[in-house]
Amino acid sequence: MISLTFYVLMGGADYGGGVWDLLAWGPRKKAQRELIAKAIGPIWEANHVWLILVIVILFTAFPPAFAAISTALHIPLVLLLIGIVLRGSAFIFRSYDKKTDAVQSGWGLIFSIASLMTPVLLGITVGALSSGAIQFKDDLLLSGFVNSWFALFPFAVGFFALTLFAFLAAVYLTVETKDIELQNDFRWRAFLAGAFAGLMALIVYLLSENGAPVIRHDLSASWWTWPLQIATATVALYAMIALWQRRFRLARFCAALQVTLILWGWGNAQFPYLVVADFTIYNSAAPPVALRLIFIALTLGALLLFPSFYYLYRVFKSHKS
Amino acid sequence: MDDLLTARSQMAMSLAFHILFAAAGIAMPLMMVIAEWRWLRTRDESYLTLTKKWSKGTAILFAVGAVSGTVLSFELGLLWPGFMKWSGAIIGLPFSLEGFAFFTEAIFLGIYLYGWERVSVRMHLFSGVIVALSGAASAVFVVIANAWMNTPTGFQLVNGQPVNIDPIAAMMNPAAFGQTVHMLLAAYAAVGFAVAGIHAFLLLRNNHSGFHRHALEIALLVGGSAAFLQPFSGDLIGQVVAQYQPTKLAALEGQFKTEKGAPLRIGGLPNEATQSTPYALEIPYGLSLLAFHDPQATVKGLEEFPRAQWPPVAIVHIAFQIMVGAGTVMMLVAIWAAWVKWRTGTLINSRRFLWAVLLSAPLGFIGIEAGWTVTEVGRQPWIIYGVVKTAAAVTPMPELQIPFLVFTLLYIFLAIIVVWLIARQVKETDKGTAEKVV
Ligand code: HDD
Ligand code: HEM
Ligand code: HEM
Repeated sequence: MISLTFYVLMGGADYGGGVWDLLAWGPRKKAQRELIAKAIGPIWEANHVWLILVIVILFTAFPPAFAAISTALHIPLVLLLIGIVLRGSAFIFRSYDKKTDAVQSGWGLIFSIASLMTPVLLGITVGALSSGAIQFKDDLLLSGFVNSWFALFPFAVGFFALTLFAFLAAVYLTVETKDIELQNDFRWRAFLAGAFAGLMALIVYLLSENGAPVIRHDLSASWWTWPLQIATATVALYAMIALWQRRFRLARFCAALQVTLILWGWGNAQFPYLVVADFTIYNSAAPPVALRLIFIALTLGALLLFPSFYYLYRVFKSHKS
Repeated sequence: MDDLLTARSQMAMSLAFHILFAAAGIAMPLMMVIAEWRWLRTRDESYLTLTKKWSKGTAILFAVGAVSGTVLSFELGLLWPGFMKWSGAIIGLPFSLEGFAFFTEAIFLGIYLYGWERVSVRMHLFSGVIVALSGAASAVFVVIANAWMNTPTGFQLVNGQPVNIDPIAAMMNPAAFGQTVHMLLAAYAAVGFAVAGIHAFLLLRNNHSGFHRHALEIALLVGGSAAFLQPFSGDLIGQVVAQYQPTKLAALEGQFKTEKGAPLRIGGLPNEATQSTPYALEIPYGLSLLAFHDPQATVKGLEEFPRAQWPPVAIVHIAFQIMVGAGTVMMLVAIWAAWVKWRTGTLINSRRFLWAVLLSAPLGFIGIEAGWTVTEVGRQPWIIYGVVKTAAAVTPMPELQIPFLVFTLLYIFLAIIVVWLIARQVKETDKGTAEKVV
């Protein structure tokens, strides 16, 4: 049960990591850029830590799974890291470098390319974990360092993640500005990204037949699949309607809920596997003392953090002066 | 290069890079907060300017620290899956606590950097204090994890696997206290001296503004106090090493033969083939006295251990000499600073003193890099001292040279940009100290 709680917490953390990433989807024009920069500036560091927390929990609570993942997916993870490094540093360098256009757009370019790359790689990693293509025998990696992730299904998940993040970012940004023009820009981008995300979701679902048979089987076998699908679709529809009616706050809420549902849906389908099909939360869990302590640490940490986070967002997101 | 060596080099390079920024992340917030507090007390605008200048620098350094730290937490798994599988459950706890320290640090740094107009003066200062505290806390937690690798506790070994683990006992391992204190002091000393050096440089170029004088005073207050205490804390961990890691101690000192009343060797070049350390200045009984506080104590030499358990002796010994040398000079400069201040009431009248501060600016960071080399290379061939060999923990992934090369280039690129940005900040300050900075 404790492990399950972890799972949910990790899902939440993942999602936070996502929010962080997508905020960066960097469209063109200058005003848009400034808006994005202003929106992420104060909070990107904090959001970034979610990702670290996921890693830390993973290796504390499920050490063998962590070892397996980082062995099998060495290559996409290294690429992911490069993306993270470039993205974070380009962002901060841009804010502190010369304000001339050439310099700014140079950093901006690195920033946006890295922001495109990172979610795709994140998705590929997740996709590979679900696919069941990673196979170990004792400690030996049977599936090789490339085959398990260099396949259609993981890439589809990668692009699904990208479109989803882009959608979220655009929806969020509509709330960040009072300028009608800018709002419209992002509104249209949200529609576009939302449509693509829907399309990718369909593709992922179709590919899962062969790409992730174990999960697909679980999905079709369990009673909650359809209610969840319907709920997700409803929320997605609501998000679109709210956007259409320019009720941006509502849209933001729906979009966030939608992504959460998708994530939890995935989490539920994946359950109890960490790496399909060899590592489950049961056979990888650390000894109970370690789990208990980390659970206590997480609870206390959360008690400390949520007020601080709330404060941070209130300070920067409430009034737009 | 074989894959093990490449993995070790990549780990070492990433850590050596990260630690520079981590040290800044520990010490800069403290100096910022002191400057801001002085501003609130005196309402002297130059303190405010200083706070803002320093916080800009901190923002850049912190961001690079954050991304390079993220790389590290992945690399532990990417390069050493065997290690993480073995010890994740035991030392995951300090890493998780560190995660929370990062959170608070990042949240309040956001408020501190971007919130000048948005929160009250008190809240702003308070955020700064939280940043300084959580920066120190994150260092404490991660160094505890490292100390555990040196003096592992909190589990029982059955068939080569840990059972009955106790993460709390693991955190209370014998090296933890000494190492955390030593690392914190190292960060304050290194950053304090580096910043003092920059301002001394500008003062030497005849910029006698109050701005640089205040900056120098705060930086030397932080750096100097830490540098003064550093050798004492070094002595403290030296004793722990002597007790728990005999091969490391022997390598530190170039001690090949077991000896009663062993001398302290200053300098010298250990030679593993002849098992001797020629060219050293030997202080009779010095080592036995320092390591065990007894001039007649017996110090075990490397000859007691199988050759396969020796760390690379020369590297460890030389790195240790560099660290202690840096520490000694810094302590002397700190004492000099206290004396100058006490006698003349100001630090900026003696050019000779300013030159000394300028020249000792890099010593702290040199000390940090050398000290970590001692700790990490001195632990070889073990990744967990006496329990797991480094070679057993490395990833089976082939072609590790490629990521190593990529990360090295990436880091060189980042380093150049950071130096360039900071240099530009400093130059701007030099030109416009009197002007108001936003
Ligand atoms: C500003 C930097 C600095 C300075 C001036 C010193 N040190 Fe240091 N030392 C470090 C920075 C450092 C470090 C980088 O922070 C290390 C590496 C691991 C650690 O916890 O601290 C370290 C490790 C370290 C170790 C190895 C601990 C281990 O392997 O567990 C010993 C024995 C000493 N130090 C002793 C000294 C002595 C006797 C000094 C007297 C002058 C000294 N250090 C000055
Ligand atoms: C507290 C945090 C640290 C942890 C958890 C840590 C962990 C590790 C690990 C897992 C390895 C690889 C295995 C091994 O060679 O034993 C390693 C090697 C190394 N680390 Fe650290 N390290 C820490 C801090 C540092 C710092 C700050 C430096 C700074 C320079 C450093 C320098 C090195 C070097 C030089 C090696 C290579 C040693 C060799 O293989 O000869 N370490 N460390
Ligand atoms: C002695 C060694 C180390 C010290 C003193 C240290 C200290 C710090 C500090 C103070 C920060 C705050 C960010 C900054 O100031 O730039 C930081 C960042 C970070 N460190 Fe280290 N660290 C060390 C080694 C490691 C190791 C071995 C890991 C990997 C497990 C690690 C992981 C991280 C991560 C993930 C961050 C980013 C946190 C953020 O986003 O704010 N550090 N470190």
